[in-house]
Amino acid sequence: MSSLYVSRNPRVAARILDGEMMIMSGRDSSLFTLNRTATILWQSADGVTPLERIVEQRICIEFDVEPAQALQDAETLARELANHDIMQISEEPIPAPGVSR
Amino acid sequence: MPALVNQVDLLTATVEVAGVPVLMRTGDPDFLRTLQDRYPGFLTPGQEAQITFDMEILETNFNEPDADIEVTQNNGRWMLARGDFRAEWDSAKRHCRIAQTRSPYATDSVLRIVHALVQASRGGFLLHAASAVRNQKAFLFAGESGAGKSTISALAPADAILLTDEISYVCKHGDQYRAFGTPFTGELNKPGENISAPVSALYLLAKGSENRIDTMDAAGAVRSLLSNVLFFAKDDELVQALFHSAFEFVQHVPVCRLTFVPDTQVWELIG
Repeated sequence: MSSLYVSRNPRVAARILDGEMMIMSGRDSSLFTLNRTATILWQSADGVTPLERIVEQRICIEFDVEPAQALQDAETLARELANHDIMQISEEPIPAPGVSR
Repeated sequence: MPALVNQVDLLTATVEVAGVPVLMRTGDPDFLRTLQDRYPGFLTPGQEAQITFDMEILETNFNEPDADIEVTQNNGRWMLARGDFRAEWDSAKRHCRIAQTRSPYATDSVLRIVHALVQASRGGFLLHAASAVRNQKAFLFAGESGAGKSTISALAPADAILLTDEISYVCKHGDQYRAFGTPFTGELNKPGENISAPVSALYLLAKGSENRIDTMDAAGAVRSLLSNVLFFAKDDELVQALFHSAFEFVQHVPVCRLTFVPDTQVWELIG
């Protein structure tokens, strides 16, 4: 299985309040509230850490879940966030804005 | 854009909302009277303008008069469009060219959009909310159509001064927020008073079987506030500005849910 990389879309507005991550899309002004798992995924989505490692080092430790299932759930979640244009996913590391591959 | 008015003697009216004087220039004397009738409490002749509108009057709509407003931005130039107007707002020059029908509603819309864009960079915003001043404090009552903005305004006691029953104007001054009167009217069809006061609370309106105030958690308050802020454009920068403004506001102003029955006693809970 190839690694998947996730990155926060820098064009969205995000802020955490009382432990709730809230994100607003500039595309259509939609407001999203992330649950705890999605918040960890969002905060860890630096574009260079493989999703597998994020799951292993952050999500599995936080929730005491089985790694394979957690990875599958995280992939689903990442694709859902990408569909809303608030996260980017790629099979290669995602450079930060202004950085060439 | 169609050619704009090109007369030597342009007629002018200065309309000042929230301390921002807008010089409106037109070559059409009938339309000037329309403006003067529309904004009587907000005319400030001789006041030095911060913004200029050059207005050309058209006799027909561009297309469907009820079409949604479209606002787009490119390098600081904003294009505003609806069936009854087209406008180009240059934020750097603080100048707006407008081609519109004689409808004052078109002018209202352009005025609201330009004010909202100006305030977005200053931490302020326009809100779907009624507002009133009582005991030198301003109270905002937010909600979509039918939530009770005009009802709560109509129930206000004699010592309350109406700022608006439809679109509230909130400015940030340091850590304080002030609500200003606006000429934008709802069902009451009564313009607000051209005054301002510090915002004491924002109430999210809900009609119910009793009068009650419930506190809201901060995240719920932000969600509710954002759902009532006037967003005009699918623009990343603007959305980010309004998003962060909503968080700042909630950290400084109490936000509560106000459930009310339509009687004057609800005002005993307010303030």
